[in-house]
Amino acid sequence: MIKRMNHPAWFFTPYVVLFSTFIIIPVIIAIFLSFTYFNTIQTPTIIGLKNYIELLTRDEVFMQYVLPNTFRFAFIVGPVGYLMSFILAWMLAQVPHKQRTILAIILYSPSMTAGVAMGVIWTVLFSGDATGYLNSILLNIGLVDEPIQFLTSPDYLMTIMIVVSLWGSMGVGFLAMLAGILNIDQSLYEAAYVDGLKNRWQEIFYITIPSMKPQMLFGAVMAVVGTFQVGAIGVQLSGANPTPQYAGQLLVNHIEDFGFIRYLMGYASAISVVLLILIYSISKATWSLFGERD
Amino acid sequence: MASFQGMKINPKQYHPSQIKFYLFLIPMALFVALPIIFIVSHAFKPTNELFAYPPRFLVRVPTLNNFRDLFTIANQSGIPFTRYLFNSIIVTVLGVSLSVFVTSTAAYSLSKLKFKGKKALFEINNLALMFVPIAVTIPRYLTIMQLGLVDTYFVLVLPLIAMPVGLFLVKQFIDQTPNELIESAKIDGASEMQIFLKIIIPIVSPALATVGILAFQLVWNDVIGSTLYVNDEAMRTLAFYFSTLGARTGNTVAGQGIMAAASLISFLPNIIIFIFLQGKVMNTMAHSGIK
Repeated sequence: MIKRMNHPAWFFTPYVVLFSTFIIIPVIIAIFLSFTYFNTIQTPTIIGLKNYIELLTRDEVFMQYVLPNTFRFAFIVGPVGYLMSFILAWMLAQVPHKQRTILAIILYSPSMTAGVAMGVIWTVLFSGDATGYLNSILLNIGLVDEPIQFLTSPDYLMTIMIVVSLWGSMGVGFLAMLAGILNIDQSLYEAAYVDGLKNRWQEIFYITIPSMKPQMLFGAVMAVVGTFQVGAIGVQLSGANPTPQYAGQLLVNHIEDFGFIRYLMGYASAISVVLLILIYSISKATWSLFGERD
Repeated sequence: MASFQGMKINPKQYHPSQIKFYLFLIPMALFVALPIIFIVSHAFKPTNELFAYPPRFLVRVPTLNNFRDLFTIANQSGIPFTRYLFNSIIVTVLGVSLSVFVTSTAAYSLSKLKFKGKKALFEINNLALMFVPIAVTIPRYLTIMQLGLVDTYFVLVLPLIAMPVGLFLVKQFIDQTPNELIESAKIDGASEMQIFLKIIIPIVSPALATVGILAFQLVWNDVIGSTLYVNDEAMRTLAFYFSTLGARTGNTVAGQGIMAAASLISFLPNIIIFIFLQGKVMNTMAHSGIK
C-alpha cells in the first residue's frame, strides 16, 4: 500500500478536507449569514445589507464603545507587544545559551496559560476590595486611601486588559524573532563595522532587522492575530458580558453578545465579517510596512 | 569610533558587557513570572490563608486541600474527575498525533510535490494565518450540526487539527532539505510515501515537535468544543470542567484556591512539554520567516 502511494492527493487531501470544513466553509457561511436575519429557530431570510447598515448607523454601542475600544486595545497591545518581543529577543540573543534558554522559557510561559480558571487569578490579584493583592499593596504604601474597583470600574478595566494581554504577548512570534536573530551571520556585523557602521542603532536598523525580515514579518502577523484573539479577556476579568458600561467590550465580545446571548446570528455574523476584514487589512498594512518592496 | 565593539550573537560565556542586558531581562522575567508564582503559591494555600487579611503573596503552610476539593467537586456532580482527565488525555493524544500527521503530509506535498493548485493552496493557507477561529464560532457550530458530529470524541478534535501556522512552519522547514536526497531515494524505487516516512520525517522532527506543541496547547486548553459540540457531560474535557468551577464554587474565596489548583494543572503539562522540546522549537522557528 505505502509502496504505491505516489499521488500528491494522498498527502494534501486530509489537510484540505479539514481546512475546508472547519475554516473555509464557516467563513463562507458567516459571509452568507451576514446578509440574512437568522434567529436559529426559523430558516434564515435574506435581508441584503441591512445588518451592515444597522451595524454602522444604528448600533450605538458598536460605534461608541466596541469599535473605539477594539482600536485602542489593538493599537496598544499589538505594537507594544511586538516591540517588546523584539527587544527581549534582541537582548536574549546576546547572552549565553544556558541563561538565554531559562529566560526565554520564563518569558514565553504566560502564552501557555489559558482558560477561565486563569481569569480568576487576575480577579484575585486585582480584586476591588482591600483583600485584592494590588489594592493591599497600594493601601500599605499609602498611594490610595481606599481600594480601587479595578475590574468593575470602566476607568481601569481597559488598562488592566492591556497589561494582562501584554503579559501574555511573548508567544510564537517572539520565539521566531529570537531564532531569527540567533541565525544572523556574525560576520555581517564585523564587515559592517569595517564599512563604517557607527553605533548600535545603525547596527539594528541596517543589519539586524534586514537580516531577519522574514521572521519580523511572521512575528508581526502573529502579533496582529494574537491581539484580536484575546478579546474575551474583558469579559473574563469583569465577569460579565457586556462589560461594565461597555468599558472593555471588544469586537469578539460583541459577536458573543449578539450570537449567543441574543441569538441574532445574522447580525453576529456581520460583526464577524467586519472582524475578519479588520484583521486582514491590518495584517496587510503591517505587511507593506515591513515587507520587501522589490 | 572604529574600536566600537559590535553585537555579539550567541556568546559562548558570560562577559561583563552583558550586564546591561541582564539588568533589563531579569526584572522583566521576574515581572512575567509573578502571576505564575502566584498560581503555584495560591494553589497550595489552606483556607485560612486564602481568607487572610492583609493578603500574603506566598503560601506559608502548604496543603493539598485545593487539589482534593477539585476531585470531590467533580465527583459530587456525578462525573468523576478522572473521567474528565481521561477524556482530555484521549482527545489530546488523538489531536496531537492527527495534527502532526495531517500537517506534515500536506507540508511535504506543498514543498516537494507537483500538483495543480499547489500555489493557490499555499497562498490560501498564508491568508489563513490571519484567521481567528473565535470569529466563526457560530457557522462552525452550524457546520458541525449538519455533519452530525455532535456528541463524538472526534468533534473535540477535528476542528483543531488543520493548523495554518503548523502547515506553514513545517513547509518552510521541509524546503531546507536537499532535493538530491529525495531524487536518489526515487532512483532506488521508493514511493513518495516511503520517502516521506523514512527520509523526511526524521529530518524534520524539530518542526513536527513544534506542531505537536502548538496542537497540544490548542486541544488541551480548548473549552469551546466541550461547551458547544458535546451535550454529554461524560464526554467533556478537563479544560471544560475547570471553566465551570467558578459557577460550581459560587465564586467564593475558598473557590479561588481551587481555581488556582485548576490553573496549575492545566498549565503544568504545557510548560513541561515546552521545556523538553524547546531546542527543537527554536530550530524550527529559525525557518519560520514569511518570504
